[in-house]
Amino acid sequence: MPRPLINIPRKVKRGSSFDIRILLAHPMESGQRRDDFGKAIPRDIIRSVHCTYAGEEIIRVDLFPAIAANPFLVFSARAFESGPIVFTWTDDQGVASFDTVDLVVE
Amino acid sequence: MILPRRLLLIGTATMLATPAGATKSDVATAIAALTKGAPIRPGRVRLDLPLLVENGNAVAMTIDVPDPLPAGERVLSLHVFAEGNPLPGIVNAYFGPRAGLPRLSTRIRLATSQTVIAIAACADGTFWSDSVDLLVTLAACVEDS
Repeated sequence: MPRPLINIPRKVKRGSSFDIRILLAHPMESGQRRDDFGKAIPRDIIRSVHCTYAGEEIIRVDLFPAIAANPFLVFSARAFESGPIVFTWTDDQGVASFDTVDLVVE
Repeated sequence: MILPRRLLLIGTATMLATPAGATKSDVATAIAALTKGAPIRPGRVRLDLPLLVENGNAVAMTIDVPDPLPAGERVLSLHVFAEGNPLPGIVNAYFGPRAGLPRLSTRIRLATSQTVIAIAACADGTFWSDSVDLLVTLAACVEDS
């Protein structure tokens, strides 16, 4: 699976809120569609996305087939110290992937 | 003959419950499972969706709690439900201790013109809701992309 596109500010002020944007490359096959032969295409989606900052949780998102292909999420976190922001996402096969970006707090 | 007709009705209902479509009652059940019977009040949470959707395959959606909450109050989670999609759930977001503003933006699929409902669960056990009635001209799930 290709790495996600993750966007956070280069530097944030201590105590301020900042936005985190993540774009995951995934077809999010809903399980509702049929192929040319009328056979149901099996469901294959990212079920959950979890984001932590310096070991503590920012957000946990449950995704359903109603999320568009290539899920794009924007949410907010509050800066307190420099540290890693870790993203973990789990698909229908139960495979968990993760990526990390480092946040600089000044 | 009442019995075969009743069986047919039950059969149709189960078909609808599995792949064909969520209904208002499915959404009500899902919301009841979330609130466990607590009352839901309108307000606090805001659901931002276009009223006229040209392409149901990717609709930009934002749910947030725009106004500051009373001191000590906090939003635990945000939930979005669709009355006209194959499944009632769209997204659930649970906020942890490092969360900033209670807000989530994403892109969703909408199968048809319908009502979309957002619920916010607050730490004091109250639930707040907002809903949007929208029109979809090109439905998701029908086209290939």
